[in-house]
Amino acid sequence: MSEIDYDPQQKFDGVDDDIEAVVEDTELPRRLKTKVYRTVDERGAGVEDADQIAKAVENRYMDTRVDPLDPVGTVSAQSIGEPGTQMTMNTFHYAGVAEIDVTQGLPRLIELVDARKEPDTPMMTVHLEDEFAENRERAHEVVWKIEATRILALGDISTDVADMLVRVDLNPDTLQERWPTVDNLAEIVQEISETIESKLGVDVVQLDDTVIEFGPDEPSYRELLQLVEDLREIVFKGIEDIDRVVIRKEDTEESEDGEFVLYTEGSELGNVLGIEGVDASRTTCNNIHEIHRNLGIEAARESIIEETMNTLEEQGLDDVNIRHLMLVADIMTNGGDIQSIGRHGISGSKESVLARAAFEVMVNHLLDAAIHGEVDDLNGVTENVIVGKPIKLGTGDVNLRMGSEPARTDGTGEGAD
Amino acid sequence: MSQHAPKEIGELSFGLMDPEEYRDMSATKVITADTYDDDGFPIDMGLMDPRLGVIDPGLECKTCGKHSGSCNGHFGHIELAAPVIHVGFAKLIRRLLRGTCRDCSRLCLNDEEREEFTSRLRRARELSNDLNDVTKAAIRQARKKDHCPFCGGQQYDINHEKPTTYYEVQQVLSAEYPDLIAEAMEPDPDDEDDRGVSPVELADETGIDQSRIQEILSGEFRPREEDRKAIERALDVDLTEEDMNKLMPSDIRDWFEDIPDGDLDVLGISAERSRPEWMILTVLPVPPVTARPSITLDNGQRSEDDLTHKLVDIIRINQRFMENREAGAPQLIIEDLWELLQYHVTTFMDNEISGTPPARHRSGRPLKTLSQRLKGKEGRFRGSLSGKRVNFSARTVISPDPTLSLNEVGVPDRVATEMTQTMNVNERNLEEARRYVSNGPEAHPGANYVKRPDGRRLKVTEKNCEELAEKVQPEWEVSRHLVDGDIIIFNRQPSLHRMSIMAHEVVVMPYKTFRLNTTVCPPYNADFDGDEMNMHALQNEEARAEARVLMRVQEQMLSPRFGENIIGAIQDHISGTYLLTNQNPHFNETQALDLLRATRIDELPEPDGTDDAGNEYWTGRTVFSELLPDELNLEFRSSAGDEVVIENGQLLDGTIDEDAVGAFGGEIVDTIAKVYSKTRARIFVNEVASLAMRSIMHFGFSIGIDDESVSPAAEEQIDEAIENAYARVQELIETYDRGELESLPGRSVDETLEMKIMQTLGKARDSAGDIAEEHFDDDNPAVVMAESGARGSMLNLTQMAGCVGQQAVRGERINRGYEDRTLSHYKPDDLSAEAHGFVEHSYRGGLNPREFFFHAMGGREGLVDTAVRTSKSGYLQRRLINALSELETQYDGTVRDTSDTIVQFEFGEDGTSPVKVSSDEDNDIDVEQIADRVLDTEFASDDAKQQFLGQERSPTNLSEHADDWWMAQSDD
Repeated sequence: MSEIDYDPQQKFDGVDDDIEAVVEDTELPRRLKTKVYRTVDERGAGVEDADQIAKAVENRYMDTRVDPLDPVGTVSAQSIGEPGTQMTMNTFHYAGVAEIDVTQGLPRLIELVDARKEPDTPMMTVHLEDEFAENRERAHEVVWKIEATRILALGDISTDVADMLVRVDLNPDTLQERWPTVDNLAEIVQEISETIESKLGVDVVQLDDTVIEFGPDEPSYRELLQLVEDLREIVFKGIEDIDRVVIRKEDTEESEDGEFVLYTEGSELGNVLGIEGVDASRTTCNNIHEIHRNLGIEAARESIIEETMNTLEEQGLDDVNIRHLMLVADIMTNGGDIQSIGRHGISGSKESVLARAAFEVMVNHLLDAAIHGEVDDLNGVTENVIVGKPIKLGTGDVNLRMGSEPARTDGTGEGAD
Repeated sequence: MSQHAPKEIGELSFGLMDPEEYRDMSATKVITADTYDDDGFPIDMGLMDPRLGVIDPGLECKTCGKHSGSCNGHFGHIELAAPVIHVGFAKLIRRLLRGTCRDCSRLCLNDEEREEFTSRLRRARELSNDLNDVTKAAIRQARKKDHCPFCGGQQYDINHEKPTTYYEVQQVLSAEYPDLIAEAMEPDPDDEDDRGVSPVELADETGIDQSRIQEILSGEFRPREEDRKAIERALDVDLTEEDMNKLMPSDIRDWFEDIPDGDLDVLGISAERSRPEWMILTVLPVPPVTARPSITLDNGQRSEDDLTHKLVDIIRINQRFMENREAGAPQLIIEDLWELLQYHVTTFMDNEISGTPPARHRSGRPLKTLSQRLKGKEGRFRGSLSGKRVNFSARTVISPDPTLSLNEVGVPDRVATEMTQTMNVNERNLEEARRYVSNGPEAHPGANYVKRPDGRRLKVTEKNCEELAEKVQPEWEVSRHLVDGDIIIFNRQPSLHRMSIMAHEVVVMPYKTFRLNTTVCPPYNADFDGDEMNMHALQNEEARAEARVLMRVQEQMLSPRFGENIIGAIQDHISGTYLLTNQNPHFNETQALDLLRATRIDELPEPDGTDDAGNEYWTGRTVFSELLPDELNLEFRSSAGDEVVIENGQLLDGTIDEDAVGAFGGEIVDTIAKVYSKTRARIFVNEVASLAMRSIMHFGFSIGIDDESVSPAAEEQIDEAIENAYARVQELIETYDRGELESLPGRSVDETLEMKIMQTLGKARDSAGDIAEEHFDDDNPAVVMAESGARGSMLNLTQMAGCVGQQAVRGERINRGYEDRTLSHYKPDDLSAEAHGFVEHSYRGGLNPREFFFHAMGGREGLVDTAVRTSKSGYLQRRLINALSELETQYDGTVRDTSDTIVQFEFGEDGTSPVKVSSDEDNDIDVEQIADRVLDTEFASDDAKQQFLGQERSPTNLSEHADDWWMAQSDD
């Protein structure tokens, strides 16, 4: 990790070649090296002192690092699994947004590590840009573009059995509200009629300003009822999977007034990101596969960390170190796609036959291994436990040899290989 | 006893076995279904043939000459009268039948396709994806072909009737072909224009001779295939029907024998190790008797293992099959017997095949056959291979002992005399070794066995101990009892994290329980209501060294989950330190010394002052400060709410409570463990615990039902608050009834009402709690416990003294029971508070029957929840551990699995260990402070400076018994 154009001597007057040499000689990250330079500069320390300071800092830094051969995987697994016993089974209500129910607690955690294709309660957090975030009216414009508008929200349906007709009495206020950018009411009604015509394949007659009527081609009571059923399903505006959008004012660091944020029930990130007014850089959803599809694997990794951390925080387990969650997210996304933790994912694609067999569905694994003529090299943990050899982790990964020469004195120890 | 070093297993390869191989490794052919003769001797060539191994002690194995225990047993074999299918491969057999040519047995794929699938297979192997997916795709491709690309033979579809029957489906001329043709020639009754087809027209169209058409129509002549197709085309009818031709296992075997090796490679089948015809068994291996031992019951009857029963069935049917075939029995009977043989062999392998009735024992219990032995939690893999049973382990009930250090464990003497440590005798410990031996096996520091250099092990008995002690020489090994200071491993299940297994130093004690210091309860999650724990005595020097350095309780003080201490003061310790420091009481010399008597402090500091009578006094905070390291500086807010100030190891202000010394992140403990050392932290925790116990005994601490009672005046206030809430709820209901209730955004009116009522009642409970709280004195024990964080919360107190509050099921008020009402005591659709589970009484006041019932409903949900949660989270943890267990950091800082795949380039993005990050937020290394010390401070010695610079490591503490030495080494 060498920075190309970093010259401490240019930045700090008190730093000369010798000091730079001793400081650069340490294994400190750039951040700490800079700190050392600054301190040395401020104190006007000589080379010898600088060397001592650098060494002392380096030592403390090395102390905070993970030990080599530390079985971090098991530790992380335990650190996430252990608090599972303290979590609740059924909690709903998203923090702050009481209007939207979200799966929480242990079921949500299981859902995440299972990498389910569709979460139990999909939702999105949509951030807005510029004036959309500041102005409630403008924010509402975005809401109507996202929330699926069905006929029941727009007006009343009545069926005329005698004439075999379905009559829709649209509510002009709602129309104005949901199509804020269109001034002409007739245009809106026209649009709705066209949608019905194309979706149901019927001819729509406009009776009044806001009343439209249509019926089946051939008089049939069944057809009529079917038409009403189908009519209810038509999405006139917005995104089909999104049933509800809640708008909320939230405080931000940048502006004093706060900004409007949308929370949606149902998620369709791909379609939402392109809508005008949506701040694509901050908008997220709780479906990791959707994030993977739209934003890539690194974003998916980030969202796994974020979602697991939020789930734990919700349960008051916010003290779980984020590094553990990172490791889980990293192993889930290591292959470039999202793998679940379990027999269909990571555990099922292990190299060792014995490790797979010992986890789940053992007989099938053994039979398949026989057919494919697999060879188990006994590298992993489970296999070695099974055959009774020491596992190659931690102290089992180190071989000690009795030295014929006295140990070296530089503190690195000997014989570790 | 052999003296070779044990061999190490290098690799395991999997494959099928050639029938010849079964015969080669077989010790005997098994032909008789009987096991023992009338005299109780095993029958030759029977299932218990002595050549298959011995289980009865004293007998000699006829194959290897060893006795029971050392003979592993030997396989036998049964020559099956006819080949049978191995159920486990039923699906693969189906695939191969579908994908290969019925005539030439070659895989029906052309070179191009072969190339494609070979490369896909290679790719799948590299990525360690499932090979079966590629095989399936290849078979699907091959199946599309009607004709073999090599010999041109026509291919038929294969039907598989589970579990082990295969049919070849051929299209043959239907028996009713004349009727079918005639019907198709009839005019369509619905269509007036259609006049049907005359035989002449048909003859013209098909080009078949007219007389032949007549013959066909009369059923005298069966049309040939091309004629049939012509007629079908002309009349648009289907004249064929499916003919199911059963494929016998012997046919399949012949078919598979001809599949060339190269074709198998394309399917991912290793031809070298697993020829497909070996999936059809002609020889059945008979497991050695040691794998299916028979037991002798009390009445002298022998009870055979399930596998033996199954083998008996197989041999019987096999015999009958052969007899019948030799006698020339009709095909039907032969086929029936064949099927029966197939059934028995199938259930011998797997007795849980769907669609097949499981083979049952005489008692009706399904037999446990091969596959059942492997499967499941108690199966061979998870039960016997991954989970091992060990010697030198003990289990008993645990109980507390505050006089022990947290590193120690009290081991009952009867456990200590049973579990041994091996002593390698040499000149220097000869005397000691002899002393152990001469004490015999019963007296405590004794010995149970000695081992001579020639490998002979001798049991030490009461009688021979004196004599044996004389004989002990250097190079002997003595198995001596556990003594104080030995290191052992201690564990409590469920082992959810690494702190569930820690190493302790032994303190041998009388009586029957393991004794623990109460401060180690949090990591084990133990209490003393009957919990049991396991102990393991370590058997070699490496293990003991690792346990001491890495696993000792003090080394595990910081939890890797949240990076703070998990060991610290709990419960009464916290009440104790709270009482000691909160009001900062005064103590005279005797009292102060008494408080500190269980610590290493034996001198009091300068007194804090003198009281009116002229006696010197010491304050509680001063007494507590004695335990702190001299240079400690710390400032934080306590859970009691005041600011704690520690300067130069003196507690100047504030209350010491859970946030200071508690388990789960007590500031002082955490800081000492990180800044000083874990040894210092262990000493501190031990001393805090004993000081706290002394101080709580000094003040006296008890809680009773009267501590939760409130004055009648306060009770009235509480009643009034609840009364008010009832009125507000009533108001809400009335608004709702009038239809005037405004719904919250995104909620229905009903939901809004529920939410508002819940809110109102919640507030009522809180205000009742506030009234009760106000009424309690600060020295009320329940308040002390809640404030200090020792146990319980203000909410518990509220419920005891004020009002229990709303009971909920699934996060809502109680809405279940009768139609439109919860209990028959209420009118339908009563929305009031009391009809939906609001408990207005307190626990102390007592609940009325309806409230009690609602309370039980809420309580039950909690119990069900816990039961479901434990199993779910247990499985989650098993999966997580299985997925992550191979990950390890390397010397270069990367995290890799055991096959060297890099998962992270730097652990946790910065390579920092969760346990070593200090507890405050911006925990960067303080370069300024280091510079201060390097530049300005004089070091006491060169060593001290070297130590500070990190050139020299501070001494390691390995034992409680080395404390004095360790303290002398370090500055404090």
